[in-house]
Amino acid sequence: MPAFASLRADGLGKSYGQITVLSDVTLDIHAGEVHAIIGENGAGKSTLMKLLSGHASPTAGHIAMDGRAVSFANAVEAEKHGIVLVHQEILLAPDLTVAQNLFLGREIRRGFMVDDRAMDRRAAELLARIGSAARPRDRVSDLPLAQRQLVQIARALLDERKVVIFDEPTAVLANDEVAALLDIVRGLREHGVAVLYISHRLDEVQELADRVTVLRDGRMIGTWPAAELTQRQMAELMVGRELDMLYPHKRPATTHEPLLSVSGLEVDHGAQKASFDVRPGEVLGLGGMIGSGRTELIEGLMGLRPSQAASVVVNGSEIAHRSVGSMMEAGLVYLTEDRKGKGLLLDEKLAPNLTLQALEIVNPGTVLGRGAEMAALRKAVADYDIRVRSLTLEAGKLSGGNQQKLLLAKVMMTDPSVVIIDEPTRGIDIGNKSQIYEFIDAMVRSGRACIVISSEMQELVGLADRILVMRAGRIVAELLGEEINEENVVYAATSGTGQHTGGTA
Amino acid sequence: MTTATATVATADEGRRIRWADLAPFIALGVIVFLGVLINSNFASTANLINVITRSAFIAIIAVGATFVISSGGLDLSVGSMMAFVTGIMIMTMNGLAPAYGGWAIVMGAGVALVVGALCGLFNGLIITVGRIEPFIVTLGTMGIFRAFITFMTDGGSLPIDRSLREAYRPVYFGDFLGVPYPVLITLAVVLLGAFLLYRTKYGRRLTSVGSNAEVARFSGVNVGRVRAAAYVIQGLCVAVAAICYVPRLGAATPTTGQLWELQVITAVVIGGTLLRGGRGRIWGTVAGALILEIIANVMVLSDMVSEYLVGAVQGAIIIIAMLAHRFTGSR
Repeated sequence: MPAFASLRADGLGKSYGQITVLSDVTLDIHAGEVHAIIGENGAGKSTLMKLLSGHASPTAGHIAMDGRAVSFANAVEAEKHGIVLVHQEILLAPDLTVAQNLFLGREIRRGFMVDDRAMDRRAAELLARIGSAARPRDRVSDLPLAQRQLVQIARALLDERKVVIFDEPTAVLANDEVAALLDIVRGLREHGVAVLYISHRLDEVQELADRVTVLRDGRMIGTWPAAELTQRQMAELMVGRELDMLYPHKRPATTHEPLLSVSGLEVDHGAQKASFDVRPGEVLGLGGMIGSGRTELIEGLMGLRPSQAASVVVNGSEIAHRSVGSMMEAGLVYLTEDRKGKGLLLDEKLAPNLTLQALEIVNPGTVLGRGAEMAALRKAVADYDIRVRSLTLEAGKLSGGNQQKLLLAKVMMTDPSVVIIDEPTRGIDIGNKSQIYEFIDAMVRSGRACIVISSEMQELVGLADRILVMRAGRIVAELLGEEINEENVVYAATSGTGQHTGGTA
Repeated sequence: MTTATATVATADEGRRIRWADLAPFIALGVIVFLGVLINSNFASTANLINVITRSAFIAIIAVGATFVISSGGLDLSVGSMMAFVTGIMIMTMNGLAPAYGGWAIVMGAGVALVVGALCGLFNGLIITVGRIEPFIVTLGTMGIFRAFITFMTDGGSLPIDRSLREAYRPVYFGDFLGVPYPVLITLAVVLLGAFLLYRTKYGRRLTSVGSNAEVARFSGVNVGRVRAAAYVIQGLCVAVAAICYVPRLGAATPTTGQLWELQVITAVVIGGTLLRGGRGRIWGTVAGALILEIIANVMVLSDMVSEYLVGAVQGAIIIIAMLAHRFTGSR
């Protein structure tokens, strides 16, 4: 091992005014090492890597490279020092080709003209090296999401790098693509590159990392050799308590007539096909990998995508024409996973957001009742413990957790009997998480039914009384009682019986 | 962060004065003040009434445009549509005048409202059902309506029947207790528009569609219907403007309402309505329409700048308004 770390953070911290989001992080990353950073959402992982990659400046502590103190004014300067961040979101120009994207801003030129042939050649080499199926002349918008991610990685690796930081690179990848990506990371390690790897997926971390650093609530909990920790220990270090305490107790099995039964539902011209039902007093989990078609299936059910069904019965009445409105009248509501894009009007105030779906209920006449709206808002703020400084804030000013509670309050305004919640706790902190679990538990115990879609296996297993696992648009397994555990969900989601391995969804 | 007993909530913040929202009215005040300084004739009652009356057409159409723009749409066809509706209305009135006399005016006005609503519906349906950009659709109908009025007037003038002139004249030139009818009609349209936009469920849904159409769709709002209805409202406003306009010149020509769409959009935008949708300001729109007309009036009254440059000043106003918006940091 070299005398100095490739990259070293010493007492690194970041504050915005009074609010400290990260404090006192000390870690080093050596050449030829994969160092994983794990932590819950909001633990400070993204802040840390922004500091290390020059996207933000620390307000405390120092960064050193090869033993010399450095500071980066911006990401370009960090890149000059050989540090690159592979973003989680896809930051590519969709209308340009793969090669044009790879060389964007650093085109190979011949005289005054760009040398497309040389760039295509180099792009092809690079894509082949990282195992991408994309061709240099493909337009990025024509590529599936996973391929775009690989192009983005290729772009980061175009020049020689000392330190490569990956921000949840496998979030959008299917399993075989994950394997390819892990091979890329191992390849970098063999080349003597220092890799900082941020991920939620503990199985990957265990498989890949040499050392693991745990962050929680903006503080560093510690660094351990990966071999010394089990996945469960990692999870408990991240959460800071015993995992079992987070979830409410399961409910007794019910034999009532289903509140919702769906048969022969086909969405997006057969891309998703399923039949299922859910009973009062039951939390039905819908599991599967990202891209397995869970959200699409439910959006189809709600009439938000092209779909057809043999029969959909809500509360005993057959729904002929499915739309968000007709489903709501029948007693079924859907809470989207895309809180900011499809759930809330971020520029509007809280009251209009809360009552948008239930305008007819809150305002029986023609005229909007301002008093009734404010009363509804006060009640929602109290019932769902929405923390707000003022009732006249815009929804976009709330924290993620409070936005999620507002969204929950919004769909509950119509007093539904079946609630479908897509990713109930994505991007929110642990305190709000456990509150939302309690809301779900209380709603179900009061005789409602709830369907929960979640990509967090622990959440799914912790909440659901019954789990349907989807793979490539089909339900491939139903898990009950003792069968409900992470291994079974993952096994069914990745190797569904009786199904073709239908490509990369 | 969230532990600091933040649940205590007040409604006070909403009552605080928001300077950004007042900007159009402050600008109106400044321009009136400058007008008084520059020319003593400006502040005469006769001149002020004249200016306000002249701004009525743009103000009425711009109320409709506030709905369209708040919904995230745009209507470039309003000027041509105005001319087309005017033409249809005059033909109807002239046709009915021998049989019904003065009642032909009322019937013609009724036909104008129906035709205006249908023109708006036509725009709205192509945009929502056909899923085509409003810019393109209304650019197309702008050309179509303009060609129709040119065809109907045979390139010349389509005057209203002599027998109707006297009876119809007061709608533009008459007044009630000293307030000209066009001003009263504008006030009625504005009040109705403000009620619809701010106090009804339709107005709330319209704003939500303009703010984020996906959120509206996921909340069970019929986005297409709400949008199409906004174009129908626009069409009705155009028809009302046409009804006020005909007695002023007594004829429709191929240049009737030409380039009005630009003035209308300018009035809406300097009034504080967001061009990308989601926030409508009816009273701001009225202020915008007045600002445009007063600037033109002041330039005509004063000798400092040629009145041929009115368009340049109005164009500069919209750019300055947007820059002010950007640099005051308000949305």
